[in-house]
Amino acid sequence: MTTPAPHDARREPAPTDDRLVIAGTAYRSRLLTGTGKFKDLDETRRATEAAGAEIVTVAIRRTNIGQNADEPNLLDVLPPDRYTILPNTAGCYTADDAVRTCRLARELLDGHRLVKLEVLGDPRTLYPHMPETLKAAEVLVAEGFEVMVYCSDDPILAKRLEEIGCVAVMPLAAPIGSGLGIQNKWSLLEIVENAKVPILVDAGVGTASDAAVAMELGCDGVLMNTAIAGARDPVRMAQAMRKAVEAGREAFLAGRIPRRRHASASSPTDGLFF
Amino acid sequence: MLIHLNGEPLRLDAPCTLAALLAQTGLAGRRVAIEVNGRIVPRGEHAGHALAEGDRIEVVHALGGG
Repeated sequence: MTTPAPHDARREPAPTDDRLVIAGTAYRSRLLTGTGKFKDLDETRRATEAAGAEIVTVAIRRTNIGQNADEPNLLDVLPPDRYTILPNTAGCYTADDAVRTCRLARELLDGHRLVKLEVLGDPRTLYPHMPETLKAAEVLVAEGFEVMVYCSDDPILAKRLEEIGCVAVMPLAAPIGSGLGIQNKWSLLEIVENAKVPILVDAGVGTASDAAVAMELGCDGVLMNTAIAGARDPVRMAQAMRKAVEAGREAFLAGRIPRRRHASASSPTDGLFF
Repeated sequence: MLIHLNGEPLRLDAPCTLAALLAQTGLAGRRVAIEVNGRIVPRGEHAGHALAEGDRIEVVHALGGG
């Protein structure tokens, strides 16, 4: 009989089989990243790789007529055969504009169905316009889109979006680009506990600990752009975010200790010799 | 013939298809999606789609966004 080898503390922990499943596809990474606001396409690529992101958001905009045909294109740097491209409806203030943008994205990406729906309320807060968001979600789901939806952190509306058939619900932590971190843990927790689809925090993360807190609450993933692209060193911040999301997820799965008001000694209180 | 391409007026000297317009504006072979008067014209139909006076054409692509 052989004795099992002693555990080697220097070895990396065995990879777990913990996957994020969205619309039937399993992803290793729970960090989704945006591709806006980077210095150039090379920085976009390096930060995306450092984040370990498998799903990346893109915007749909008019082409520049008369542009240099050799100019590199975002989808050359992040090819759709390596990344799941998540076209967004950023900049839309009505359900009609959002639906139109998704239809164009589907044509652009050869029948691609996964989209990030966001309908904004006003340019100052960039808060989700929930009545228009609900309307657009209904149309898009009926047209066969797989909708990941940016929304307010209202548990009732989040549930409604799930019932409409959205494949992931993505409440904000704080306003887009604000970096304020999670402003309402309790409503996020309420959303997470009642959900049957993945819940991702989308928008408002400022630094790594914000992402870790979101994951510790039980969120299935985090989507961010400005926190990485706007950091002094975006590639390094992308790496920090990857670690934070992984650490937060592990901590959630491990189950934290309850909070208590008084101390609890870590060393035995028996066998004292003084 | 006057059309509007991405919001800008453009005069074409001769009858033109969507594919020819793309070639003329340096967009041939690029990954784009196109609407003519608010309706998507699928990629496979660009070559056969003749443009008409007053058409409003939108050519879009993917770029960085969050």
